[in-house]
Amino acid sequence: MDSVTLNNISKTYNKKKVLAVDNVSFSVGKGELFGLIGPDGAGKTSIFRMLTTLLLPDEGTASVDGLDIVKDYKTIRSRVGYMPGKFSLYQDLTVEENLNFFATIFDTSIEENYELIKDIYVQIEPFKTRRAGKLSGGMKQKLALCCALIHKPTVLFLDEPTTGVDAVSRKEFWEMLKRLKQQNITILVSTPYMDEATLCDRIALIQSGKILSIDTPEKIVEAYPGKLYAVKSEKMHQLLKDLQAFEFTGSCFAFGEHVHLSFKDDEKDHQPELLNYLEEHGHKHIELQQITPTIEDCFIKLLKS
Amino acid sequence: MKQFLAFVKKEFYHVFRDRKTLLMLFGLPVVQIVLFGFALTNEIKNTKIVVADYAKDAASQQIITKIEASTYFEVEKSILDHQQLEAAFKEGKVKLAVVFPANFNNDLQHLNKAQIQIIADASDPNTANTLTNFVTAIVLDYQKTLMANNAVPYQVAPEVRMLYNPELKGAHNFVPGVMALVLMLVCVMMTSVSIVKEKEKGTMEVLLVSPFKPILVILSKAVPYLIISLINVTIILLLSVYLLDLPINGSVFLLFAESTLLIITALSLGLLISTSTDSQQTAMLLSMMGMLLPTMLFAGFMFPIENMPLPLRIISNIVPAKWYYIIVKSIMIKGLGFSAIWKETLILFGMTVFLLVVSLRKFKTRLE
Repeated sequence: MDSVTLNNISKTYNKKKVLAVDNVSFSVGKGELFGLIGPDGAGKTSIFRMLTTLLLPDEGTASVDGLDIVKDYKTIRSRVGYMPGKFSLYQDLTVEENLNFFATIFDTSIEENYELIKDIYVQIEPFKTRRAGKLSGGMKQKLALCCALIHKPTVLFLDEPTTGVDAVSRKEFWEMLKRLKQQNITILVSTPYMDEATLCDRIALIQSGKILSIDTPEKIVEAYPGKLYAVKSEKMHQLLKDLQAFEFTGSCFAFGEHVHLSFKDDEKDHQPELLNYLEEHGHKHIELQQITPTIEDCFIKLLKS
Repeated sequence: MKQFLAFVKKEFYHVFRDRKTLLMLFGLPVVQIVLFGFALTNEIKNTKIVVADYAKDAASQQIITKIEASTYFEVEKSILDHQQLEAAFKEGKVKLAVVFPANFNNDLQHLNKAQIQIIADASDPNTANTLTNFVTAIVLDYQKTLMANNAVPYQVAPEVRMLYNPELKGAHNFVPGVMALVLMLVCVMMTSVSIVKEKEKGTMEVLLVSPFKPILVILSKAVPYLIISLINVTIILLLSVYLLDLPINGSVFLLFAESTLLIITALSLGLLISTSTDSQQTAMLLSMMGMLLPTMLFAGFMFPIENMPLPLRIISNIVPAKWYYIIVKSIMIKGLGFSAIWKETLILFGMTVFLLVVSLRKFKTRLE
């Protein structure tokens, strides 16, 4: 049975003036690590809040753990774990007090489910008498995750858990999620970072409240139409301009230290022509090679189509 | 129950770890009592007056001794001429001058009529009025002793008794007022701010997605402030009994019971404010404007409600502090029992039920 199901969910704000979630349907299997990937304002938080019964959908139905999010909201609340995008623990309480408080609220104790949080908690245990407000960003996230896990939830909702966290802590965080998956907890995670998408079992790319694509990261990359090239030269700014002017260019955009480029059609190899064209325009040390697209390339492609 | 206790414990941590708020919570009643008791008083005490005695005879001396004996005045004897007197008034050194003309006793004995001039600084009309009344009373008193030997055919002697407050102390008026003010301020502001804080910091979101019942969130928020407020009531009462010499004439238990009722009224009002706002600042402003001002104006301890125009008198009825003020005055000053204040208690109770029902209905179990 699927852990989470959404059927044609829509959500508007400001008396139906702002459409936040537009007819979204997907389902997440038990024990799956599912990623909701999209930029800020795409509707990720709205979807999470509807699933955690904090908001009512305008249209459509959804269920968590087989329970309806409108009718059975009370049961859902006692089963799921939720970590909001903003750090939402008590800043004037210590690490230990926060954890104890949430354990008691969920009618359990730290000892009872210590196994589940052990890996994470040992990292923050040296600071257990420190007030939560005085922790670093990465530590705060770990504590919040502990608090969301303390009652052994069946489904875990993590809303942008890695936003504002340094690269090392981000990596650690994802490793923790992988370990949690082995405990058979379904995890829904949202993130604006495309590079984190590959760490999920399945992802949904979302933009302006609409789902663009749902699949495993590998399949989404495979489904990328045509070929993608990375181009580099000495004058990057000029290069981007010249590439835009090139007659066979389908799309091109700056991506790190390269420009990612695709041609209008891949029937004929346009590479020699392009090299000639660029040399004519005075570019030196030109690098041109075909690459496998990243999730971000797929996302941009999907946005344009 | 365990969850409830954990929540209450958490609330106490919040209160005790926020030093500034804590100082305000317990400093407020003390400051208010001291301020109203000693600084903002309109009682007449040790007022400087000048006696210019041009007569220097037996009669004038007797009257002066009587004036000196009163605790209301601090008498300075000097022979100032009228210009010097005026200068002293202009400087504000003296509030009142009593002038005995020469031959005062002579006139009194032979003409059966003598004059005393009383000059008062009426830039503060209330003080001037009170002072002249005091002096006039002393003079009349002297006159009566003069006439004691002569039989007066007809005499109406008013016997004035100042009930409940024979010394006309201001404390009788403001202590109940300060109690109302402090309770309203602490309870309304603290509950509304602490609930809104949970919303603002996002912790409400986490609390909602838990098996903890929203109604318990509210209840456990109310408990610490109820306890703190009762401590405040105790502090105020101790201060008024030992510092201001104001005894509690009625039942202390009844006083605490009625105070608890007002605290609950105030807590539900704070709750109502918290359900209709999302930021701490708005909550603070709303409770300040919505509570502090009406309480000061309409409770009746600063401005008598009877003197207000009809629309304001009607508005004053919806201010809980007004009813509480009547109740506390009845118990503390008049020493009355429950039978005398059941009407006011019922009104307060009705208000509490109304506020609680409205705010609980408005309290959202979701985010919108």
